[in-house]
Amino acid sequence: MNYPSELKYTKDDEWLKIEGDTGVVGITDYAQNALGDIVFVELPKVGAEITAGKPFGTVESVKAVSELFAPASGTVAAINEELANTPEKVNQDPYGAWMIKIKLKDKGEAGKLMSSADYEKYAAERG
Amino acid sequence: MSTVAEANPTLRKTALNPVHRQMGAKMVDFGGWHMPVEYPATGGVLAEHLAVRTGVGIFDVSHMGDIRFTGPQALDAVQHISMNDASRLVPDQAHYSAMLYPEGTFVDDIIVHKIADDHYYFVINAGTREKDAGWVAENVGGFRCKAENVSDDFTQIAIQGPQAHTLLQKLTDTDLSLIKNYWFTFGTVCGLKNTMIARTGYTGEDGFEIYIPADPQISARVWHEVLEAGREFGAIPCGLGARNTLRLESKMALYGHEISEKINVFEAGLDRWCKLEQPEFIGKPALERIKAQGTTRRLVGLEMIERGIARDGYPIVDDTGRQIGYVTSGSVAPFLKKNIALAYVPPGQAEIGSVLNVEIRGQKVKAKVVPTPFYKRPKK
Repeated sequence: MNYPSELKYTKDDEWLKIEGDTGVVGITDYAQNALGDIVFVELPKVGAEITAGKPFGTVESVKAVSELFAPASGTVAAINEELANTPEKVNQDPYGAWMIKIKLKDKGEAGKLMSSADYEKYAAERG
Repeated sequence: MSTVAEANPTLRKTALNPVHRQMGAKMVDFGGWHMPVEYPATGGVLAEHLAVRTGVGIFDVSHMGDIRFTGPQALDAVQHISMNDASRLVPDQAHYSAMLYPEGTFVDDIIVHKIADDHYYFVINAGTREKDAGWVAENVGGFRCKAENVSDDFTQIAIQGPQAHTLLQKLTDTDLSLIKNYWFTFGTVCGLKNTMIARTGYTGEDGFEIYIPADPQISARVWHEVLEAGREFGAIPCGLGARNTLRLESKMALYGHEISEKINVFEAGLDRWCKLEQPEFIGKPALERIKAQGTTRRLVGLEMIERGIARDGYPIVDDTGRQIGYVTSGSVAPFLKKNIALAYVPPGQAEIGSVLNVEIRGQKVKAKVVPTPFYKRPKK
């Protein structure tokens, strides 16, 4: 399982990459593996306000519906529209298949998230 | 992620349980059974589904139960307790049927096999094993017939797909081309004599189910031999995830979803297998009344028009948001590449082409009523 060190991680298995004032969000390798074949991704509209720790969208595998939780608060600046037709990209490349970009309200929020080492431990504990 | 899932001590296991875990299957609790939902290392749900539609897939379905009826009044007992007309069966022939409550609702759906005039064999669902065995014991006591729950005696392996015939033929000297759909025979498979080989399944595809002793070593040996024999056809092990999407595309009922103790035969659209012209069976008087009166809901097939996947239990609502029905099963259809569902709706909304709303996370998402089965295998 792969957890890039430049990313921050939530306990709900999202990753956050800080690029200036923007946060890029997706789900982790652990999450895509646990979900299995992903067949549907539902994302918010550009301009929507999202709040750290609150749901911002949905990802569905063949069997299950899972909520996506925001790793940080802010305004949705972009969504990865490609995932509407090719949700399997999330399985194939979980760190390339970003879901949303957030104009961050407070960059300090990212400090509360896990490092890749901590997340790797957290993922391993759950088997 | 650990590569080998641990055995869960509280769940029931088939003889192949250690084999599934060795193969890296993702294991789940399915009605109290510790079963493989998919095998990520070799397939995953979508690949497993497509293997069955285009090649061949192998399933452990040993969690299914079995009840054996023997004795001079075996047929009378079977006729009393199930809705199809078993007197039409000849030895080596099987048919789909159901056991009903007096209300005309479902105890379980079953496959009835006629082995001999005094010997019938039901295959029943995993989650309803004890209930079914209890129901049979309660209701066939008056017949000169022994009904035994032999559910734990067999490992049941399903070999499903257009290449199933060619695969299994490599492992048996029984001429499989002589076994028609829903017929069976006893032959030698992988060296095991007197193995029941039935041309049945729950995938909508051609295929076979074999019944071998529930011994872990024998079961593991046969499982691996079947997979090895199928290697040239791309055979892969398939879990309950693919089993569910395959049966849904083919509109085969799942107990607790399309059928239950609260749903009757006419609502479920299974009256084709219910022979009301028989003199007597449990549920018949209620069904005659229901047939005369009509039903207040019908099972329909839905295809999503707008983006979204209808899931089990989601409400069907009218344009004002009032609930008029509900989804019994819904999923992406991996072969058809559509989002499909089965749902109960009032007869007025059940016409082909009717547009309905599925409520998905508070939003109305449009779907239309389509002909079923969604998928029908090509005729040879």
